[in-house]
Amino acid sequence: MAGATYSYDVLIIGAGGAGLRAAIEASAAGVSVGLICKSLLGKAHTVMAEGGMAASLSHNDDRDNWKVHFADTMRGGQYVNNWRMAELHAKEAPDRVRELEAWGAVFDRTPDGRINQRNFGGHRYPRLAHVGDRTGLELIRTLQDHTIHLGVTVHMEHTVVDLILDGGRVAGALAYDRERGRFHVFAAKAIILATGGIGRAYKVTSNSWEGTGDGHALAYRAGAELIDMEFVQFHPTGMIWPLSVKGLLVTEGVRGEGGVLKNSEGRRFMFDDIPENYRPQTAADPEEGWRYVMNDKSARRPPELLTRDHVARCIVREVKEGRGSPHGGVYLDIAWIKEKLPNAEEHIKRKLPSMYHQFMQLANLDITKEPMEIGPTTHYVMGGIRVDADSQMSTVPGLFAAGECASGINGANRLGGNSLSDIVVFGKRAGEYAAEWARRQSAPRLDDAAVARAEKTAVEPFERGERGENPYRVQQDLQETMQNLVGIVRNEDEMREALEKLAGLQARAARAGVAGGREYHAGWHTALDLRNLMVVSEAVTRSALERRESRGGHFREDYPDKTQEFSRINVMVKQAGGGAMQVSRVPIPPMPPELQQVIEEQTS
Amino acid sequence: MDVIPVQIASRGFGSTTRRDYWWAAPLAVFVGLTLFIVYATWAAFQNAHYTYGPYLSPFYAPELWGDSPHAWFGPKPAWIPAGIPFSPALLILPFPGLFRVTCYYYRGAYYKSFWADPPGCAVGEPRSSYWGERSFPLVVQNVHRYFMWIAVIFLFLLSWDVWLALWFRDEATGATRFGIGLGTIVLAVNVVLLSCYTLGCHVMRHIVGGAHDEVSTRPVCDRAYACSSSLNYRHQLFAWLSLCSVAFADIYVRLCSMGIWTDLRIL
Amino acid sequence: MIGEATFKIWRTHPGGDGTFQTFHTTVSEGMVVLDVVHRIQAEQAPDLAVRWNCKAGKCGSCSAEINGNPRLMCMTRLDDLNLWEPVTVEPMRAFPSVKDLVTDVSWNFRVKKEITKFTPRTPDAPDGTWRMAQRDADRVQEFRKCIECFLCQDVCHVLRDHGKHDEFIGPRFFVYTANLEMNPLDTADRVPDLKERYGIGYCNITKCCTKVCPEHIHITDNAIIPLKERVVTRYYDPVSRLLRVFR
Repeated sequence: MAGATYSYDVLIIGAGGAGLRAAIEASAAGVSVGLICKSLLGKAHTVMAEGGMAASLSHNDDRDNWKVHFADTMRGGQYVNNWRMAELHAKEAPDRVRELEAWGAVFDRTPDGRINQRNFGGHRYPRLAHVGDRTGLELIRTLQDHTIHLGVTVHMEHTVVDLILDGGRVAGALAYDRERGRFHVFAAKAIILATGGIGRAYKVTSNSWEGTGDGHALAYRAGAELIDMEFVQFHPTGMIWPLSVKGLLVTEGVRGEGGVLKNSEGRRFMFDDIPENYRPQTAADPEEGWRYVMNDKSARRPPELLTRDHVARCIVREVKEGRGSPHGGVYLDIAWIKEKLPNAEEHIKRKLPSMYHQFMQLANLDITKEPMEIGPTTHYVMGGIRVDADSQMSTVPGLFAAGECASGINGANRLGGNSLSDIVVFGKRAGEYAAEWARRQSAPRLDDAAVARAEKTAVEPFERGERGENPYRVQQDLQETMQNLVGIVRNEDEMREALEKLAGLQARAARAGVAGGREYHAGWHTALDLRNLMVVSEAVTRSALERRESRGGHFREDYPDKTQEFSRINVMVKQAGGGAMQVSRVPIPPMPPELQQVIEEQTS
Repeated sequence: MDVIPVQIASRGFGSTTRRDYWWAAPLAVFVGLTLFIVYATWAAFQNAHYTYGPYLSPFYAPELWGDSPHAWFGPKPAWIPAGIPFSPALLILPFPGLFRVTCYYYRGAYYKSFWADPPGCAVGEPRSSYWGERSFPLVVQNVHRYFMWIAVIFLFLLSWDVWLALWFRDEATGATRFGIGLGTIVLAVNVVLLSCYTLGCHVMRHIVGGAHDEVSTRPVCDRAYACSSSLNYRHQLFAWLSLCSVAFADIYVRLCSMGIWTDLRIL
Repeated sequence: MIGEATFKIWRTHPGGDGTFQTFHTTVSEGMVVLDVVHRIQAEQAPDLAVRWNCKAGKCGSCSAEINGNPRLMCMTRLDDLNLWEPVTVEPMRAFPSVKDLVTDVSWNFRVKKEITKFTPRTPDAPDGTWRMAQRDADRVQEFRKCIECFLCQDVCHVLRDHGKHDEFIGPRFFVYTANLEMNPLDTADRVPDLKERYGIGYCNITKCCTKVCPEHIHITDNAIIPLKERVVTRYYDPVSRLLRVFR
């Protein structure tokens, strides 16, 4: 193993919830574990999750169980989910929540001292274990504080440039450290990708700079398959003003606590468009909606709590038809509850502390007095690396994926709260199976030539220097293209145009150049991230072109309805022999009768 | 601990890139505390004008030995040597004084204003050596809890003085009669503020409930901890208000006694 | 509101020392300091090093000293600064410099490892779960809001001016220890460590940590002083010691 700086049985790339949970499981299995993260430990995008983690603990409503959760997830995903993953997720999530408590997480409590659960969009019963509106922070801190005592080696502020293969199987990875810009070769028998999302391919996004689709692109270049990439979730409520915080998330909890959406005419437009399959569970009038917020079990949910894809589209429609707010969004009003509650101001501050401070500090707006201006923001990608449901291994031997960068559980649309449970359920599985795989493997052989090639490509921007393209500008143009042409509402012509533009951007990205030293050089990092952003942008566009229907997070004005034909397939992309992206359709295996029965029971 | 020490550049006294008036708050504390100490010392040595009618200055309460009718044990005993200065206040003031000296709020405040350790947040210090409260002499600050108990006793004693301040002697008949004067209110407000300060003290908060991790399982502690905590959040405020009220109560009694102010009888 | 502003940003030189470099840039309404740094990075100094992540005050990466005050760059609005004079932006001073605005905060991660980890009592229910009142959870949850921006470590004069990094764990880790010590489920005893290894006696309660905390955690009043009191009960209070003998 000449040239390897570090050698591990299991190497985990990404230290968000999924990566940390995988590290815990793998190290418990007794193999050596290395963990690489792009930022400092504990800063990953998981900290941004607010609402909670979905698990049918049935603390607040004893009618809840894994079957209801499974059916909710499948319906939310419009039945193109990997049903096995949805099943495992619904069954295992409660245990994953309980073990977090054993590791020191302090969830909000019910009056009888158990973990409290809250309502959320698309979940039939109160199901989200939460800590105020900072559940993600609680989760990552708990996992982080547990991991540091397990002998896992953490490489902070390292970025993986390429995976190294040995005859088709995983052998290691090449990474650079931000601090000095030096390359490090990691040898590994198994690699788990837990790199999160692709939000930075869009201009308006709730994702941090890290969400550049690294895992998606690394796996793709290594020959793995990506599925469902057309399904990108646009969260309906992001801040739109001031410009500098455009895209920043406004938690769904605001609507859960009674916040309503209004257009410039003051109308609650969500009542005007309720999809047929959700009508039986949606409130008939504002009065019933308010009773639901007040925990009246006989009341049905207000239409603001319909699935995210639907709410986002309704907002886009209002704005397009000229009923938007001054900065191009709509109003989200929580202050109105003072008509209903005597101490509304205090109530809002207690239930939504970070939202209150976020608007107060960043927008100079008091949400207890004034409505917020909000608009959709790119939030999550349902699509990702195609993995085996049980083991989380991709089609590349030894390459595993978990969390947002893996695909399957969420289908066409993710329910709020399913992400935090997804990352721990499948993070654990990935860790467990990767350790088992690693134990059965002999030491991999690292191809020095491949390492040298990857290194050479990575430093090319310096050779071009300032004569090359400014990487920031290429990234901005890419984000603009994706935002305008492959956004919430799509059509064939625009996406064809996007493909052409992407080809041009690809050429510019290949010419990106930077000057200066390699230490902590953000321009260089952006130039390297561009490669990954190009892959995922193209994957999203090509997949979206292929799916000629509208479903979940994917909406096409030229094919506005769901079709039978596409309800049985996932769209898949992979790298063809010549390096071109190849799109194909893979049939969804039929659901076993017992799961089918569960769904029928729950929908009746 | 097995950690690698971090090298930091030492910076000189007062060096900072702060542009705000960072020195204003420590300066105000310095001036306020200095004024109080000077006045309290002066007043304590006076041994005169500390009572007026039923009122007794809090600096002199309880009056153990003294010439006023408030004295518990009569005039100054003979065994106290004549050579050293005597005043009833000198026997009393050290206790509430030391309660405040060891108080967590005042400690932080005077380390900054009187000792420049640090002069302000993110402002360079004059000395490079530092022991903190880890070793002698400042480790002695940990006696704070005993002074707190004494301060609690003082609350009862001062409350008793407020009770006495409700009974006015009719000079003509010699009978005592219930009444309320402005001085009664001054003394009463002083006791309320001192109580808010003492009962919200960090040690009190620790003892009544903070020491327990599951305070909710002990209903009495639970209530007491909640009350003490809510006072504790305004500890700094009550520290200053009660300091002012003590001084003002003394000034009020003194000036009435000297005939400069006239006590207003309300009832 | 669109205007001009001058920023003096700390730049390190290859030798290791550094100086302020002056940048003129345009600013617009609602911008925060991190936006300005990004704009300068994209337009004038592509190699300017800055650490950031979420830009929403939730991850605690972009800690720096703005006009000498330790703050998060992403949560400091330009409206709050006086733009008539140059705004200085410099790295945290209690940690070694890496480059420009980036400091090496790895000491913090090493310290955390040294603190006895969460050790729960046996579960209260057969399903392996515990019962806890929200009121008791409240106290611990305040500490768990911490985003580990290390601004409190930066401003603490024990670390900043006296460099006691090897004897003193700093406010962040007193908050962390308080979160463990006051957790109703935890059974481990960290009081001896607090006195000896963590150096709680070095804290002289100047409350600078509380002032800079972007999460508004009452670090001094709710974490450090209650821990100091627990140390006092154990080591400095003869009456408590005596009572323990008879118990």
